[in-house]
Amino acid sequence: MNLLKLSYAYLKRRALNTFLNVLLLAFGIGTVTILLLFSYQMEENLYNNAQGIDVVVGAKGSPIQLILSGIFHADSPTGNIRLSEAKELMNHRMVRTAIPLALGDNYKGYRIVGTTQHYPDHYGVSVSEGMMWDHEFEVVVGADVAMRENLRIGDVILSSHGLSEGGATHHDHELIVVGIFEKSGTVLDRLILTAVETMWGLHTYNVAEAESDHADDHNHNHSHSHDHHDHDHGTDDGHHHSHGREISPDSYLSSEFDNEEITALLVKYTSPLGAAQFPRFVNTQTSMQAAAPAYEITRLLNILGVGLDAIQIFGYILIFAAILGIFIALLNSMKERKYDLAIMRTLGASRYKLFTHIILEGVIIALLGSLLGILLGHAAVEGIGVWMTQAQQFTISGYVIAPGELYLIILAVAVGIVAAFIPAIQAYRTEISQTLSKI
Amino acid sequence: MIRLQNAEHRYNAQTVINLPEIELNEGESLLILGQSGSGKSTLLNVLGGLLRPSSGVLTIGDTEIYSLSESARDAFRGRHIGIIFQTNHLVDSLSVRDNLRLAQYLSGLKQDDRKIDAVLSDLDLTEKKNSGVNELSEGQKQRVGIARAVINEPKVILADEPTSSLDDVRCEQVVNLLKQQASAHNATLIVSTHDQRVKNHFKNLINLDQLTISD
Repeated sequence: MNLLKLSYAYLKRRALNTFLNVLLLAFGIGTVTILLLFSYQMEENLYNNAQGIDVVVGAKGSPIQLILSGIFHADSPTGNIRLSEAKELMNHRMVRTAIPLALGDNYKGYRIVGTTQHYPDHYGVSVSEGMMWDHEFEVVVGADVAMRENLRIGDVILSSHGLSEGGATHHDHELIVVGIFEKSGTVLDRLILTAVETMWGLHTYNVAEAESDHADDHNHNHSHSHDHHDHDHGTDDGHHHSHGREISPDSYLSSEFDNEEITALLVKYTSPLGAAQFPRFVNTQTSMQAAAPAYEITRLLNILGVGLDAIQIFGYILIFAAILGIFIALLNSMKERKYDLAIMRTLGASRYKLFTHIILEGVIIALLGSLLGILLGHAAVEGIGVWMTQAQQFTISGYVIAPGELYLIILAVAVGIVAAFIPAIQAYRTEISQTLSKI
Repeated sequence: MIRLQNAEHRYNAQTVINLPEIELNEGESLLILGQSGSGKSTLLNVLGGLLRPSSGVLTIGDTEIYSLSESARDAFRGRHIGIIFQTNHLVDSLSVRDNLRLAQYLSGLKQDDRKIDAVLSDLDLTEKKNSGVNELSEGQKQRVGIARAVINEPKVILADEPTSSLDDVRCEQVVNLLKQQASAHNATLIVSTHDQRVKNHFKNLINLDQLTISD
């Protein structure tokens, strides 16, 4: 027997009341946990994916939209920019590296991004199976895409126009999977990468196909009715290759493509001074815009923060209601327990022991409530994470611990102590002879 | 040995008790008889270290009880004084055995299940040791109350109106049980009651109806 067991026994006697108070506190703590996990992982996600990118250059429009589409692939692009103009910027003295991105197609909702091999290199992501593309119409798929769509090396996929599922399919050109990226926790997990020239090639053929379809009165046979299928493009060296032209890292810069367009450039400066001069130069001297991820992410988080704050206040209101609940329950129990407390005094319990006994009851409810709340919060975030993964949005997980969670437990214990304080004072003041004389 | 000297207690300018001396050795017993309002519960509270008298000295063994700090007095009471109340007020969220464990824990003594089993066996409660208090009859509850009072082998056992609601047979049984337990633990037994049926069981008797001075 000890005070903890004694306090627990009293809580068990009021099982329903205790359960409801634990549940109320758990809802409050759970709400705050969800927000902590969500904002922590969202921030991590945003900053991790934007790491090493000083500025994104794209068509004029909303800078947040440019950042969301260019870095996180979570929004529509603001438009396209001419490659010839982009090339001039690539040679700007403030630019150390510039990675081109050409968007516009998807496979089952997964974005196909025309880029160079510098893009996966930037995130330090390598191919875990197969190899990088070296021909047009070859693609390397992200780990999540490969897993969910069960894609293997040598599979052929048909891209659809647009950035979400449901667009027209480019029937004439198949894309062949030559590699699968390792799982990285970055945006690359849910992308399909290919050469910039592939994107231009797809759209050239698309136009040709549309014209041909029109002329044939839609009479040709759609032989590739499957979403994807095995298609042996094997060569003597054992690798699978498309029938497209060979690609080198800088082949897209050839002057024959000067009239083509890309969607964005991910730029890294040669020196921090670039931040002061380059965006102003782009925004005032060209038809393009430059948006700084660090600034736009902070702006985005501030905008989201207002909504999150409102939900957080709701969470704290629930916690406050739980304090009241615990307080009222303990206060009511003091009336029926005053004789028990007096008897405990006759058995040798000091005033401090009775005080601690009641405080412990508050703390037990608080600990149970906070642990249950944190558990519920993580379960909810995992559920949201699964849904968001299916929706191909940010990846969030319930198996992550946010730094503020320890403070939540401390807060809950403080809540328990505050709620139990006045009843504990009553217990402390128990006068044995006066109480027992009223029996 | 318990000794109360020159005890006087006033409440709202009214003298509730006024006793020159009570002195009892180990193993002796005393009956405090008196009607309602005679001050017998007040006297019992004073003897139990629960109520500091307006004046007077209470000594148990070598310890002057009211010279101790309140927390030291609590600890002393838990260790050396066993109190049985008219209404037992057992902790009904605990089992019979846990009620006795609680008495051991609050007194600061080592928890000893063998001793608990022995006391429960003495009081014919072995089969009920794991039962909840609410599952017991009134008679069984009273015996658990007695077990709780003697579990720490106190020097003094105080019983307040232990027989008032009992029939003659049960009254006889309870008084015998109290005397037997006090004798088994070589404790001083003090019973306070208005129940005249108990008179014949005690050699030492104080009738407060004759001693108390009421203004």
